Amino acid sequence: MGYELNFGALLEYQDVLLAGLWMTVKLTVVSTLLGILLGILGAAARRHRNPVLRHGSKAYVELIRNTPFIVQLFFIFFGLPAIGIKMTEVEAGILALVINLGAYLTEIIRAGIDNTPKGQIEAARTLGLSSRQIFIRIILPPAFQRVYSSVVSQCIIVMLGSAVVSQISVQELTFAANFIQSRNFLSFESYLVAALLYLLLAFLMRLIFNLIGSRAFSREEKQS
Amino acid sequence: MKILKKMSLAVAGSLLLTFGAISTASADKLDDITEAGVLKVAVPQDFPPFGSVGPDLQPQGYDIDMAGYLAQELGVKLELVPVTSANRIPYLQTQKVDLVISSLGKNPEREKAIDFTKPYAPFFLGVFGLNEVEVSSPEELADKTVGVTRGAVEDIELSKLVSDDVTIKRFEDNNTTLSAFLSGQVDLIATGNLVVTEIANRNPSRVPETKFMLKNSPCYVGVMKGETRLADKVNELIGKAYADGVLESLSQKWLKAPYPAELASM
Repeated sequence: MGYELNFGALLEYQDVLLAGLWMTVKLTVVSTLLGILLGILGAAARRHRNPVLRHGSKAYVELIRNTPFIVQLFFIFFGLPAIGIKMTEVEAGILALVINLGAYLTEIIRAGIDNTPKGQIEAARTLGLSSRQIFIRIILPPAFQRVYSSVVSQCIIVMLGSAVVSQISVQELTFAANFIQSRNFLSFESYLVAALLYLLLAFLMRLIFNLIGSRAFSREEKQS
Repeated sequence: MKILKKMSLAVAGSLLLTFGAISTASADKLDDITEAGVLKVAVPQDFPPFGSVGPDLQPQGYDIDMAGYLAQELGVKLELVPVTSANRIPYLQTQKVDLVISSLGKNPEREKAIDFTKPYAPFFLGVFGLNEVEVSSPEELADKTVGVTRGAVEDIELSKLVSDDVTIKRFEDNNTTLSAFLSGQVDLIATGNLVVTEIANRNPSRVPETKFMLKNSPCYVGVMKGETRLADKVNELIGKAYADGVLESLSQKWLKAPYPAELASM
């Protein structure tokens, strides 16, 4: 082997690492919140009476789920300026993450909606609720609860996927690891520390989502 | 065994003597060149825009044109000898060529082996940008954004030079840095002058111009060690080429950029 580990040398770059970690957290929080919103809207559109919305949503899901994330990102950052749409690297990164997460969540939440027992919708109609009321009050909450663990996993995947936006010079955690590695050539240490930080973030995310989940869904669980 | 060793030593010794005799006999290379009427120059054939093979299968490039200029000024015929970057100095040392014009940079090791003339072509890392961005020194970069390839020499040099209020956007590789510039995500980039030539060849609508140099390592003509008369003559011709605008036109033709004034005084 003969390789001497040198984690001490990373201390010199702890500011870079912490700044990177903070940027990853910010990217994740913003893109998760907006992504879930987009996913719910997408799923609603998928099951809407209006065929334009239905097909539009389907096309969006197919387009995003069948192309690589890095290509979507490069298209937004390097491609769109050609037609005059220019944004900073952080904006472009968040937009790409939201669009990506939104497509996957649309499909996941739609699956939850499709599993709604017909009787519940019929009962709601009989009670005279409007379509919007039925979707928001009757269909969505249990549907979201049914697929909640898949939603959480997808959000964590997006947090990990945010590593890719380092490619357009967003200074997040992977960028920090790359930067440190290119300065002191301690690849093993740099990437190991970055990997452990991602692991920690993933655990924290799951913990927070589980807390939110147990609060939000406790009422319904008690009823059933 | 012993006899064999002695014999080989003797052979080596006599060979050395003969070579020594030859090199002292031709003490002055410049006279030899004018006498033979031929200037033999080592040029690259795999390093555009300095030297490559054109569509007509003839060698072309900055170095080839420079060799042609020197031969013309000396009033002799030009003989091009294609070399690689590894064997260009041995070709000169073994007198297979009279001059090396092969995008050759100067360093202490090479200076022990051969002599160098004045620089004849720019080769440098620098900060480049659009015409409308007014920057001419590292200090003026304050509050500006510069794109650079992460971990490249220009990244290290730039990071050392500039203060914290300069935003450096680091990209994964040269092509991504170029894309960032061409798509307008950054208006300044730190890179090599050949990269800028490449942009000028590909995307004339957004051509970066030199703002300032980060690391200057121009190309010199290599001359056999001790051939001072030849070296002086080449220096004189390089000075003339600059004064007559020949270097400027070569630079514009092959590098799509003006000849840096810094080089003329080096």
